[in-house]
Amino acid sequence: MTAFVVRRLAGLVPVLFGVSLLIFFITRIIPGDPAIAMLGERGSEQTLERLREELGLNRPLFFDATGFRTSGRLVQLFDSQYFAYMKGLVRGDLGRSVFTRVDVSESLRKRFPATFELTLVAMFFAMVLGIPAGVWAALRRGTIVDTSVMLLALSGVSFPVFWLAIMLIYLFAVTLGWLPPSGRLDVSTQLQPLTGLYVLDGVLRGQWAASWDAIKHLILPGIALGTIPLAIVVRMTRSSMLEVLGQDYVRTARAKGLEERSVVNKHALRNALLPVVTVVGLSFGTLLSGAVLTETVFSWPGIGRWVFDAIAARDYPIIQGGVIFVALIFVLVNALVDFSYALIDPRIQYG
Amino acid sequence: MREVRTHEKGQSLFQDALKRFFRNPTGLLGLAIISFFVIASLLAPILRPYDARRDRDLRARLNPPSAEHIFGTDELGRDLFVRVWHGGRISLRVGLTAVVLALVVGTFLGLVAGFFGGWLDMFVTWLVDILLAFPGILLAIAIVATLGPSLRNALIAISVTQIPIYVRITRAVTLSLRESEYVQAAHALGSRPGRIIFIHLLPNGLAPLIVQLTLSIGVAVLDVAALGFLGLGAQPPDPEWGVMIRDGFRQFLRAPWMSIFPGLAIFFSVVGFNLLGDAIRDVIDPRLKNV
Repeated sequence: MTAFVVRRLAGLVPVLFGVSLLIFFITRIIPGDPAIAMLGERGSEQTLERLREELGLNRPLFFDATGFRTSGRLVQLFDSQYFAYMKGLVRGDLGRSVFTRVDVSESLRKRFPATFELTLVAMFFAMVLGIPAGVWAALRRGTIVDTSVMLLALSGVSFPVFWLAIMLIYLFAVTLGWLPPSGRLDVSTQLQPLTGLYVLDGVLRGQWAASWDAIKHLILPGIALGTIPLAIVVRMTRSSMLEVLGQDYVRTARAKGLEERSVVNKHALRNALLPVVTVVGLSFGTLLSGAVLTETVFSWPGIGRWVFDAIAARDYPIIQGGVIFVALIFVLVNALVDFSYALIDPRIQYG
Repeated sequence: MREVRTHEKGQSLFQDALKRFFRNPTGLLGLAIISFFVIASLLAPILRPYDARRDRDLRARLNPPSAEHIFGTDELGRDLFVRVWHGGRISLRVGLTAVVLALVVGTFLGLVAGFFGGWLDMFVTWLVDILLAFPGILLAIAIVATLGPSLRNALIAISVTQIPIYVRITRAVTLSLRESEYVQAAHALGSRPGRIIFIHLLPNGLAPLIVQLTLSIGVAVLDVAALGFLGLGAQPPDPEWGVMIRDGFRQFLRAPWMSIFPGLAIFFSVVGFNLLGDAIRDVIDPRLKNV
């Protein structure tokens, strides 16, 4: 197991290196002068020059061969945009916003809890509804129940998330007025963040009203973001259940006269859940990227919304930092899913 | 007594698959939906020529759905029915082009990597792993954010995000067949790599590729709309569905119909592709039925 973990983590190094390289290229192929692209008409010659200096745009892309030849020092060779960028990445320094001057890594740390809380709620929603629905469909295979559940699941992956979000707001916030349309808390609610997960913060500080307010704000975006994972969980649970129900040990359990409920819950479901858990884990990253759309519609102050605003403002350090951050989380979560898989199922040997 | 039926001629796999497809109600529903969208898109310029730049009627702003404007009008008085109809042309064209582009590039890379192996395989696998490190449309967002927002750049970006799946499929097929006897025989007969790849290996990958192609178009249509909604894809006044929902979102307290109808159009077209893709998979490869 340890060997497997080490090897899996070591395998991440070339991928993460590639990711950083790709992002470096993407942000350097901006046609023309990136400084002008970012500041546009707003930039004076002074600010432009300052930005070029800060981003190191005056330096060569990869190697400073001329600098090396004239000075004769090896260090000079690596005084390039790429090495400055990599040095920052390794230190966790993602630069500063072009406009607001805030530190990108610092802001990511502050905003991540909002996105994380929303993602957790979406996954919770997907599992609580998806697993029973999938089991139900599997037990009623080929009936109208099965067909309806599967059609609904198929619809679930066909919704444009942002549109679903707008419709939910229109129905439940505007027309019915049951739930708040946007934000994480009401303006009147005062809550001193502790972990940044507001529901938890409310509990920890004993402010139950604040927790409840946070929950109300989470419901609509959670549903919007959780619909696609819900559909995937339903399909996965159903197919996994069908496979397990056909196994010998299930037939044995039935043959020895166990109640159907016990057969389903104890023998079948437990074994069927493994691939479902994997799918849920793997959809975590997809949720993080889906958050760009959901957070935009719900004015949710997380990473997605932040990156979206940065795109509109052409604030490249934020875009670059946000994308690298999400990719890093995604890759790490996938590795964790692999580890848990190996832990849960001893049949899997990773020699 | 049981009746024994014999076929005069053996049925081809294709005929067999076709027969099974036509017994699949959800697949037929998908086919009907897609046909509807395709035919509507093809007929649009003939029945109702449309020029988005000239279209405005300020006397009919934000009209709710009525007999005259069955989907209502937007803030410039544009008829939403006509715009949604023409929007289908954009979504289908861009979705299909992006997917076919990804299919061609991905299949080529997958075949080459699987067939030649070695450092080439390692390199391609590395590239794919890098692309897969960006979840969902994140990479597309990053690419378009840099290249600049436009429909063409959105198409390129979406295409890039779809390449990995095709590389994986063809690479897997190629690897499993590379050592098979008939490929070895072709080698022994002195066939060139190009011939082996295209005559012997590619046809075996066709079934999973076709299934993936159908399912990918749905995803691509969703991504085109998402980029349009974020302001990174098609630009106004183009009647692209995502852009229309973006316009509608700004007015959605006063004119919810502006976002409802383009959204429904996206939903139904994507449902169509998904139903069709699922059915084709069941028909072509029954082993995958419950996956």
